[in-house]
Amino acid sequence: MKAAVIVFPASNCDRDAKVALTEMTGKAPAMVWHQDSDLPDVDLVVIPGGFSYGDYLRCGAMASQSPVMRSVKAHAEKGGAVLGICNGFQVLTESHLLPGALMRNAGLKFVCKPVTLKVEETQSAFTRGYNNGQSVVFPVAHGEGNYYADDATLDRLEGEGRVVFRYAANPNGSARDIAGILSEKRNVLGMMPHPERVVDGATGGTDGRALFKSLIETLS
Amino acid sequence: MKARVFVTLKNGVLDPQGKAIGHALNGLGFPQVGEVRQGKLIELEIAGSDADKARADIKAMCEKLLANTVIEKYEIELK
Repeated sequence: MKAAVIVFPASNCDRDAKVALTEMTGKAPAMVWHQDSDLPDVDLVVIPGGFSYGDYLRCGAMASQSPVMRSVKAHAEKGGAVLGICNGFQVLTESHLLPGALMRNAGLKFVCKPVTLKVEETQSAFTRGYNNGQSVVFPVAHGEGNYYADDATLDRLEGEGRVVFRYAANPNGSARDIAGILSEKRNVLGMMPHPERVVDGATGGTDGRALFKSLIETLS
Repeated sequence: MKARVFVTLKNGVLDPQGKAIGHALNGLGFPQVGEVRQGKLIELEIAGSDADKARADIKAMCEKLLANTVIEKYEIELK
């Protein structure tokens, strides 16, 4: 599986994503600067966590307009896999690759801790390596992870099996405890928790490995 | 021309910041304050003198970048 990680000014999990991908795939991903309009030929694009453009205007709003995102959209439209983590999820909703929006946490506090998630959906390239209903622990670190969409959109996401991860104990007020969702074609996943931070037991857990393994098995 | 764009959360969208401001005002001795909603004011200088064109252009700017219409609405004021 060939992967690329997009780097925006003030991305700060781009290197975590690189380390995780290198560990799992055995080769380093391409690191693509936001001003580049061309993506290398890859199977997976990761939009990492961080504070792209200082979260100016709205989280992810400026990044969604950057030159590289046109190529990411084209990659997604062709059915290519895209994984947006944390700020990457915000960029994906601002780019309309995923529905809804991420708002200020209901408690107004930045939440930084490991959280338990329930894997709600294993029919995806990202989660086929998990068991349905399995509990996993991923860290979260965000101030704006409160997922919002209107009721019709939420019903549709649930009806189509596009809610992939749900919080066991909601840390941010997210609608229907949603932590991660898929696009209609199921090739784009946005999630607030950080699977790339739990691939090495030395840094707190290995529950994220199955996500990357699923992708490698599907995309290689 | 000068334009002001007011971006606010749509009705029905929870505004935790507005709620916190409301609580703080109540605590400061302003019990008459009910619901508080917080928004953004963006001031723009626009070249040209065609107000209709400016308004249409700013609407496009709002739809493309200034507001996230999933959760926000906007009002445009031209001077």
